[in-house]
Amino acid sequence: MSVCVDVGYASFLVCGYLYAYILSPHSYFLRHARARNYVSESEMCKLESIPLDFGDYHPLKPITVTESKTKKMTRKGSTSSTSSSSSSSMMDPLSSVLDGTDPLSLFAAAADPVTTAPSTDGARRKRDKDESSAVGSDFEPWSSKRGEILARYTTTEKLSINLYMGSEKGKATTTGSAVSEKVRTRLEELDDLEEGSQKELLNLTQQDYMNRIEELNQSLKDAWSSDQKVKALKIVIQCSKLLSDTTVIQFYPSKFVLITDILDTFGKLVYERILSMCVDNRVSLPDNFSPESVNDTAKETCLNWFFKIASIRELIPRFYVEAAILKCNKFLSKTGISECLPRLTSMIRGIGDPLVAVYARAYLCRVGMEVAPQLKESLNKNFFDFLLTFKQIHGDTVQNQLVVQCVEIPLYLTLYSPAIDWILQCIAYHAPDVLLTEMMERCKKLGNNALLLNSVMSAFRAEFIAARSMDFIAMIKECDESGFPKHLLFRSLGLNLALADPPENDRLQILNEAWKVITKLKNPQDYINCAEVWVEYTCRHFTKREVNTVLADVIKHMTPDRAFEDAYPQLQSIIQKVITYIYDFALLFSVEKFLPFLDMFQKESVRVEVCKCIMESFIKHQQESTKDPVILNALLHICKTMHDSVNALTLEDEKRMLATLINGFIKMVSFGRDFEQQLSFYVEARSMFCNLEPVLVQLIHSVNQLAMETRRVMKGNHSRKTAAFVRACVAFCFITIPSLSSIFTRLNLYLHSGQVALANQCLSQADAFFKAAVSLVPEVPKMISVDGKMRPSDAFLLEFLCNFFSTLLVVPDHPEQGVLFLVRGLLNVIQDYTWEDNSDDKVRIYTNVLHLLSAMTQETFIYHVDKVDSNDTLYGGDSKFLAEINKLSETVVSQILDHLKTLGKEETLKRQSQLAHYFFNTILAHGDLRNNRLNQLSVNLWNLAQKHGFADTKTMVKTLEYIKRRSKQPEMSHFTDLALRLPLQSRT
Amino acid sequence: MEGSVNLQLSAKNVGVFEAFCNTAKPIQIINSTIEMVKPGKLPSGKTEIPFEFPLQMKGNKVLYETYHGVFVNIQYMLRCDMRRSLLAKDLTKTCEFIVHSLSQKGKLLPSPVDFTITPETLQNVKERASLPKFLIRGHLNSTNCVITQPLTGELVVESAEAAVKSIELQLVRVETCGCAEGYARDATEIQNIQIADGDICRGLPIPIHMVFPRLFTCPTLETTNFKVEFEVNIVVLLHDDHLITENFPLKLCRM
Repeated sequence: MSVCVDVGYASFLVCGYLYAYILSPHSYFLRHARARNYVSESEMCKLESIPLDFGDYHPLKPITVTESKTKKMTRKGSTSSTSSSSSSSMMDPLSSVLDGTDPLSLFAAAADPVTTAPSTDGARRKRDKDESSAVGSDFEPWSSKRGEILARYTTTEKLSINLYMGSEKGKATTTGSAVSEKVRTRLEELDDLEEGSQKELLNLTQQDYMNRIEELNQSLKDAWSSDQKVKALKIVIQCSKLLSDTTVIQFYPSKFVLITDILDTFGKLVYERILSMCVDNRVSLPDNFSPESVNDTAKETCLNWFFKIASIRELIPRFYVEAAILKCNKFLSKTGISECLPRLTSMIRGIGDPLVAVYARAYLCRVGMEVAPQLKESLNKNFFDFLLTFKQIHGDTVQNQLVVQCVEIPLYLTLYSPAIDWILQCIAYHAPDVLLTEMMERCKKLGNNALLLNSVMSAFRAEFIAARSMDFIAMIKECDESGFPKHLLFRSLGLNLALADPPENDRLQILNEAWKVITKLKNPQDYINCAEVWVEYTCRHFTKREVNTVLADVIKHMTPDRAFEDAYPQLQSIIQKVITYIYDFALLFSVEKFLPFLDMFQKESVRVEVCKCIMESFIKHQQESTKDPVILNALLHICKTMHDSVNALTLEDEKRMLATLINGFIKMVSFGRDFEQQLSFYVEARSMFCNLEPVLVQLIHSVNQLAMETRRVMKGNHSRKTAAFVRACVAFCFITIPSLSSIFTRLNLYLHSGQVALANQCLSQADAFFKAAVSLVPEVPKMISVDGKMRPSDAFLLEFLCNFFSTLLVVPDHPEQGVLFLVRGLLNVIQDYTWEDNSDDKVRIYTNVLHLLSAMTQETFIYHVDKVDSNDTLYGGDSKFLAEINKLSETVVSQILDHLKTLGKEETLKRQSQLAHYFFNTILAHGDLRNNRLNQLSVNLWNLAQKHGFADTKTMVKTLEYIKRRSKQPEMSHFTDLALRLPLQSRT
Repeated sequence: MEGSVNLQLSAKNVGVFEAFCNTAKPIQIINSTIEMVKPGKLPSGKTEIPFEFPLQMKGNKVLYETYHGVFVNIQYMLRCDMRRSLLAKDLTKTCEFIVHSLSQKGKLLPSPVDFTITPETLQNVKERASLPKFLIRGHLNSTNCVITQPLTGELVVESAEAAVKSIELQLVRVETCGCAEGYARDATEIQNIQIADGDICRGLPIPIHMVFPRLFTCPTLETTNFKVEFEVNIVVLLHDDHLITENFPLKLCRM
């Protein structure tokens, strides 16, 4: 140990005399360490234990208003962690507003004498009732279909938009109306010039097209808000005119979605505008107003809209725009809507193109469901009308069109699905079974009805379909091969069966029949789309044998030509379904084809995704630890796959995620009392997962735990065999730790493993750990990265060192090394470590070392490790040992005082004062103040702490009070004198 | 107060009927004047003066509904003149007011019309052989229409060899001006409504439905000097650009 004690006296002129005093007695410090009787002290210091009352108050419990109401409620609240939600029958006005009820209707509800009592509940119930008269939440809304359609019906062909904002000239010249054609056209051209907005946009890609439509939507809103109602109407008319255009037919469903969005916007704007005109004396109309309460201006405006729309020349725009403002009929008469709907329904008969017509029907049903869901008849009528025109699909006009556009019939037929599905869904909503049966019968009667069959299956209740599965299979079989794709039919049926159970007796037959067809599908994409759906049915109702067969079949189909490469999403979904239903992993891995199935995921990213899913499911469902070799092998393989995907480019989060999953697995592995097997598993795991640090850390902890478990089993007395095993564990840790990169992880693990080694009486191994830790300390960088940010490391280092020193108390000296060689070694390292220039950490550590040294001088140490003789037993208070300690403490004290001296400059006085006070406290706690010199030293430190007015007066007063109180205890009378010698400096 | 019928000739007829044109003088239906305030000074500020007129026709003229057509205009005006002293100009303000006749008493008898259109029923066809075969049937619920109610009916394309491109309802207004020398008849399309677009399903009735536009229609008028009549054309346009028109005269009235 080389502590430098050459002090420059010249540097502290200001307090020079004081140091002269302080310096002389330092060597007496620890010779006079206070003798401690830890047992009696701890008895004395123990707090009086007070039984806790958990009943009423817990600081972590969320505050709810109900708490104060009844005792009973509160109890309930404190047991459940989500008490705020469980007791939310509250009266809090703010949260009830946030709840979705608008202030006005809340006010209305509050005014209502019936609902006043449970105000919010009442309002909510009222709202629910309103909805049930409208459409309940069990009705799948259009918005959820929207995205699906947009994603499914796409095109790469070029699209065009024709907009004639000026007038409705459109096809006027070609359709040729009789009278004064020339004049009219000329006038219209003039109009066009005025408006200057005739547009024809050609060669748009799909994305461009969508953007344009969105622009139109925006300009509609703009025109409306700038009071250009006519322009707004024109935009809407032009947009709906686009719906009569069926070029690029495969995009039509998406076009429908986009344009009806605009129509919806328009309908809403008109309705709101007229509604706002009805506001009399700032009281707006209630939701279910009657036409009598609408004033004349509003009625007239509304009527104007309808007249204007009735004069739109072309059929399709006229239909769509009128349908869009269907709701406005409410202003005119009670029966308006119920008269309009049938008229609009029959108006659609005039639309020649069956595809355009069916989408028009879908829109009408959509608007109808929204505005007047109670009017079922027109829904049915729409469907029946559609059935009447069904034969058109196979007519010449359509066929010619398809030839021109090079679209195959099966593809064309799928374009109908969204519309028919929607219509049937509207019809089937809360419809009696009788009606559904009738619908089905009607569909049956039509030839080539696969399209309808498919829609029936997707729209009707799953229970309804499931109960008649056998009928459906029979019907599907009868369908024409050239029409609607059959695999889609089976897919739809499968989707229903995944939701609802067919009759018990039919189940196997259904699977057989369906699979017989599915397995014959040639196109891998068609096949996998079907298989994906049916796997769920299989998993749900059958045992692993059938699942195995199905998986085998999928493998057989998807392997040729590497077809699986195009079907990863479906294959992934199959795996997901399998593990949702078979989460007993022993069973899962006994499905022979499961692992071969996994082999089909050859693209690494997908493979890892699948592995992650499996591991997540394992961690979620596995209740008890396992040693099943099948599970272990399979999961090790899966984890290995995940681990091997890690490379330099892997994101931190991804790594953390993978590590968590692997750790979860490692924690679930247990071989019971077969510790050696367990250890060899850990060794194997280490070799497999060496790239993921968190896993290595987990392994070290697991092995440490294993060692401690062994100790527990042997009740602390290791046999030769167990001792060797424990040493093997320790060796495992010792060679694993250096491969970690985080320095503090390494330090802490060294310390931790050292402690474990010590506990297992592996003294030399423990020494090795501690030595390694000591030699690692100089490498600690000034800054370390914590959660991605650079932070100074000193706080971590300080914490670690304190922890380390506490452990060192019980570590016995090595017989061949010098006394306290580890402590000395660590002190040397601390001395050489390059501390921050303006930090006092080093001195704080030194002061803490004094605590250790004083503890070491005690006859019996404050704590021991079972079956390990610490230095107190080894040396038995030998005077040579004590002298060593004294020597050490002398050096340390001199270091502290040196440092205090260097802090004599103006700007560091505050730090000096704090350190002095800290040191004073140390002496007070650990020093024997009956010794005069030590006594004098403490008095000097006290004065130094106060000298420049940086001491906290409160603390000083408290300290003094403490001394006085201590002085009253037996054998502490010398504190009285001390207290007298410590002046309190008042601030001036 | 003044009411008059203005007859004007369409550009088409100028030349042929130039002489006649000059004779088409406005026919005054009603003209009366009352003094609202006796000469004197008006108090400063806003002064409202109530007035009322009896609508008394000149001679045996009829009070027609206000109507603005292309060739026939029936207009009623109020003019207020304020005569002032020599130094200030007289003030004049005119304002149109609308006359709607009271709904006619009695019940309108519905007069349904059934029609069938085939190549054989067509007139002015040059080469009947080149026409595709078709059979279109239908009916109008009534040709006597209430002006506030839509025109309704049904139409069925039973068969057609050529594809149907479009079916339209064309509302035509026929204005006839006449006097001793002769008369001029002018037809104007006032509304054209498409009721079928594309090749519609055969045998499926499609609705005929047309709302009469408010500004361009009035009850059918027949007087000695002029007539305002309405007709509806059902126009079927086939894909090979054959245009088939069937004409139905309508009688509009206000009930």
